[in-house]
Amino acid sequence: MIETRGLRKSFRSRAGRETKTVDAVRGVDLKVAEGEIFGFLGPNGAGKTTTLRMLATLIEPDGGEATIAGADLRKDPAEVRRRIGYVAQGGSTWDESTAREELVLHARLYGIGKAEAHRRAARALDAFQLTEYADRKCKTYSGGQRRRVEIALGIIHEPKIVFLDEPTTGLDPQSRAHMWDEIRRLRADGMTVFITTHYLDEADALCDRIAIMDHGEVAAEGTPAELKREISGDVVLVGLDTAATPQAATLLDAEPYVNKLETGDEGVRLYVEDGATAIPQVLRRLDHAGLDLRSIELHRPSLDDVFLTKTGRSLRES
Amino acid sequence: MKLARDTWLIFERQIQLLLRNPVWVFVGVFQPVMYLLLFAPLLKPALNAPTQAEAYKIFVPGLLVLLAIFGGLFQGFGLIAELRAGVIERSRVTPVSRIALLLGRSLRDVVSLIVQAVIITLLALLFDLRVFIGDLLLAYLMLALIALMTSAVSYGVALKVKSEDALAPLMNTVAQPVLLLSGILLPLTFAPGWLQGIADWNPFSWAVDGTRALFAGDLGNDKVWQGLTIVAVLAVAGVVWAARQFARSVR
Ligand SMILES: Nc1ncnc2c1ncn2[C@@H]1O[C@H](COP(=O)(O)OP(=O)(O)OP(=O)(O)O)[C@@H](O)[C@H]1O
Ligand SMILES: [Mg+2]
Repeated sequence: MIETRGLRKSFRSRAGRETKTVDAVRGVDLKVAEGEIFGFLGPNGAGKTTTLRMLATLIEPDGGEATIAGADLRKDPAEVRRRIGYVAQGGSTWDESTAREELVLHARLYGIGKAEAHRRAARALDAFQLTEYADRKCKTYSGGQRRRVEIALGIIHEPKIVFLDEPTTGLDPQSRAHMWDEIRRLRADGMTVFITTHYLDEADALCDRIAIMDHGEVAAEGTPAELKREISGDVVLVGLDTAATPQAATLLDAEPYVNKLETGDEGVRLYVEDGATAIPQVLRRLDHAGLDLRSIELHRPSLDDVFLTKTGRSLRES
Repeated sequence: MKLARDTWLIFERQIQLLLRNPVWVFVGVFQPVMYLLLFAPLLKPALNAPTQAEAYKIFVPGLLVLLAIFGGLFQGFGLIAELRAGVIERSRVTPVSRIALLLGRSLRDVVSLIVQAVIITLLALLFDLRVFIGDLLLAYLMLALIALMTSAVSYGVALKVKSEDALAPLMNTVAQPVLLLSGILLPLTFAPGWLQGIADWNPFSWAVDGTRALFAGDLGNDKVWQGLTIVAVLAVAGVVWAARQFARSVR
């Protein structure tokens, strides 16, 4: 459904007198299959929005190619526009308009006739539980209501693919859960959904496949299960005082059962084959060295561990 | 066809929003009326005109051109608000014609200017201004072209600078000399030669002269077709340039 090869974009920005070049996206190759929810997971500034805006024809790539729903991004952007929907990260509704007006106009900009546009707006308002507020000005909506209007706008013309840039940022847990349901419903309707997120649980629970993005590059790609499987074994979190961390890290890194070790703010993170047998050994080793530990935890690898091993940083900390 | 339809859609929305805001409607009507009622009485002595009607013949066209220039030049601010709200980006992902995004907005500005102009003309009629309807319509055409040009340029610049802080001083710096060197408020008939020489390079000066000729009933005056041609050419150039900014604007 989407295929990109070597998509690149840099921005020139002026800081005082100097012009700096930011390589926002440096060669992205992606394949997104029809009917899946594909997630772009990455920290702030990773290049997620820039990639999406290129795919949505809003900015021209510096290099690379892409085919979107069968249309060539470079040669036929007008056709790409007809086949996709796009919901921006920063919102897109006008304070003084009502949701119904926005939906009708947006549908009509896609060439849909007046009567049909009204029918579709009514249907979308119903589907997103907005009918009650439909004729109120957008400035009176709550953040969650507004986000739902924006998503309804993105799909009013029934595109084959919809790009949602951080659809759940700023929503409370309940609204997020609702939004997930709504996104799953889009998939059930046969739409391909491309979302960006920096929530690990969202990528894990909602997406069929994800690409981990960092510094403008795709660091890993696969289903959440596949990615987690790549990290074999268990994760042991050892909580330590900051002062004790470096010494503990050196000691534990030398232990044969520790495959990989990362130090963080609250202690160290050990990747081991079998957590249950590793824990007593860790305790013994630290006790022997006279180091106090605050806590010890065992868990299965999460997407954050995948992120950590691929990029050397934790998504939680960035 | 698609261009006309898209332009209409954008125009319709913009007009709707304009009418929804009674403050704007009020200001748009109130301001020029104030000029007419409070400023005009000073004119007869200042212009050394034999009658009030004669004074109006000189002042009203200038006032209308002034409104057309300023009405257009400051429209960019509204666009920056739309840019910030994400409305422009949302339009740009649809297949809507990029020229329509500009024309729909500029047309709203033209229409609201013409409404203002009609109100002022009607009021001036009460004060014994007399002008032929044919000449008046041509004068309105001139005003429409001026507003089209200045609003298009304002939108284009707004898309380039993307911030009110940059747009305001920029538009003021452009507007000031344009205003002073066009003889809009007072005709440049008595100006020294060097000042007239500079004004010859100011397209608005030609536009004002043309409009004054029309109000004077002097249709055959060369200034009329010259003014119209200059303004029309500039309006087309402004629209083409600004539409290109809509096509490529980066947030
Ligand atoms: N128009 C622009 N001009 C200059 N730099 C830009 C522009 N847009 C993005 N950038 C830079 O490109 C990089 C990638 O930005 P992008 O918005 O794609 O990140 P992101 O992954 O969407 O981050 P976030 O999670 O914060 O939304 C950042 O360093 C950003 O500052
Ligand atoms: Mg982003």
